Amino acid sequence: MGTFLQHLTNALSLGSLYALLAIGYTMVYGVLRLINFAHGEIFMISMYTVFFGLAIFLLPWYVIFILTIVVTALLGVLAERLAYRPLRDAPRISILISAIAVSYFLQNLATVLFGGRPLTFPQVPLFTDVMALGGVRIPRLSILVPLIAAALLLMLTFLIKRTKTGLAMRAVARDYDAARLMGIDLNWTIAVTFFIGSALAGVGAIMWGMKYPQINPTVGAMPGIKCFIAAVLGGIGNTAGAVIGGLVLGFAEIMLVALWPALSGYRDAFAFVLLIVVLLVKPTGLMGEKTTEKV
Amino acid sequence: MRLDIRDLRVSYGGIKALKGISLSVDEGKIVTLIGANGAGKSTTLRAISGLQKVESGAIVYNDENITGMPAKEIVRRGIVMVPEGRRVFPDMSVRENLLIGAFLRTNKAQIEEDLVYVYTLFPRLKERTWQMAGTLSGGEQQMLAVGRALMSRPKLLIMDEPSLGLAPLVVRDIFSIIRRVNEDGITVLLIEQNANAALRVAHYGYVLETGSIALEGPGRDLLVNPSVQEAYLGKQRKKDKKPQEAK
Repeated sequence: MGTFLQHLTNALSLGSLYALLAIGYTMVYGVLRLINFAHGEIFMISMYTVFFGLAIFLLPWYVIFILTIVVTALLGVLAERLAYRPLRDAPRISILISAIAVSYFLQNLATVLFGGRPLTFPQVPLFTDVMALGGVRIPRLSILVPLIAAALLLMLTFLIKRTKTGLAMRAVARDYDAARLMGIDLNWTIAVTFFIGSALAGVGAIMWGMKYPQINPTVGAMPGIKCFIAAVLGGIGNTAGAVIGGLVLGFAEIMLVALWPALSGYRDAFAFVLLIVVLLVKPTGLMGEKTTEKV
Repeated sequence: MRLDIRDLRVSYGGIKALKGISLSVDEGKIVTLIGANGAGKSTTLRAISGLQKVESGAIVYNDENITGMPAKEIVRRGIVMVPEGRRVFPDMSVRENLLIGAFLRTNKAQIEEDLVYVYTLFPRLKERTWQMAGTLSGGEQQMLAVGRALMSRPKLLIMDEPSLGLAPLVVRDIFSIIRRVNEDGITVLLIEQNANAALRVAHYGYVLETGSIALEGPGRDLLVNPSVQEAYLGKQRKKDKKPQEAK
């Protein structure tokens, strides 16, 4: 029972982290029909930002967390401005290739600037302390991560469903020209989408770092690709789907390792098998709608 | 309110879609632009509403040159387009679609007022206020598209093929709505392939042929103009007219 509870909290916190990142993919896909392959690298830069803030400049953790989220969000906006916006009217494959380029550019930039040697993500005791819960010892983080993720998702849902910005984002996701005819500023709305998606990746990166405290220039690659899988699993373009996809993937991975420890080496491969199965069986994902192609 | 287009030219790649057209829309009028497929009607409208880059020429609205302005600024000035094929947001409710029409406005009380106005104009929309727009019939979607445009309090309402793909009875409704909206003080610029209906409702009309204005005049005059009749109204010239069967 105790170990099961541990697996459960583990799965929930990993799933929540996947969800936070998957939302970035799905939101950007919604407005640009683009798989933002640089999302994982934005996540990586965010981890380095925390490292330098906490371990080198010795700033208080709350200052550096906020700063990191802002830096990450702005980096997402910058990538869109420089690498995606000029290609918006180009064939879709061009912008996709541009996204891959941004991804490799950031990885290599990080190697040049920070070196390839792994660094240790600094620990913040408030989050990383272990506490006892129902007879088992659980890192406080495992409880906090799902709570923080849930709070952010509620805020995001409110933003999308109830605010003017959210209305604009939904309109842009559906029909560029019709949205512009309503007086919606396309560039602004897309920038806001990148800002929010990247900010969530920033929060995800901070918590990921405390959970798996190792940083290197390719640290974002695997979470990035897995969260892309989570977004596809849930139905890309659908925010609720991204959350469900993230949780399903998190649970599946942890439970695979928990129930068949011998298979734990195939943990990452499992995510890709899942992707292939989804694409074969239900390409629109769990919550995916039949979207009519934009003209 | 006055819109003047002077020597407007638009190209797509190397293809000249508009070869220098000039036209005017006067306050309180219904002006129509008719022409065959590919004549440049939609291009003209897209240029006015800021969706299409202009090669040369000027679009002047109330003595202000609005050529090349972003779509948002043009909406802000009171020029609103109902796009071809309605383009309502299918996964938003009728109410949300109407509210998004008022996107640039901030006065909540006025927006509510206009919502009431649109609902009296289209009682069907009021019945379906919480329904997803994608589940409406074609005619209802067209009403919603018009209602959505009205929510911005336009001074000039531009309509691109409002009767396209609709049943004849619904088309009649749409045209009576155009008249009604115009009587309420909104100037209308209308594009139609249904030249007959458009010229009947319009005060003034222009005939567009492969990127140039071929003819212009009051709607009634164009309706009886032999070359318009032959090309757009499906009637043959009198000289080779055969005895018609009684209907």
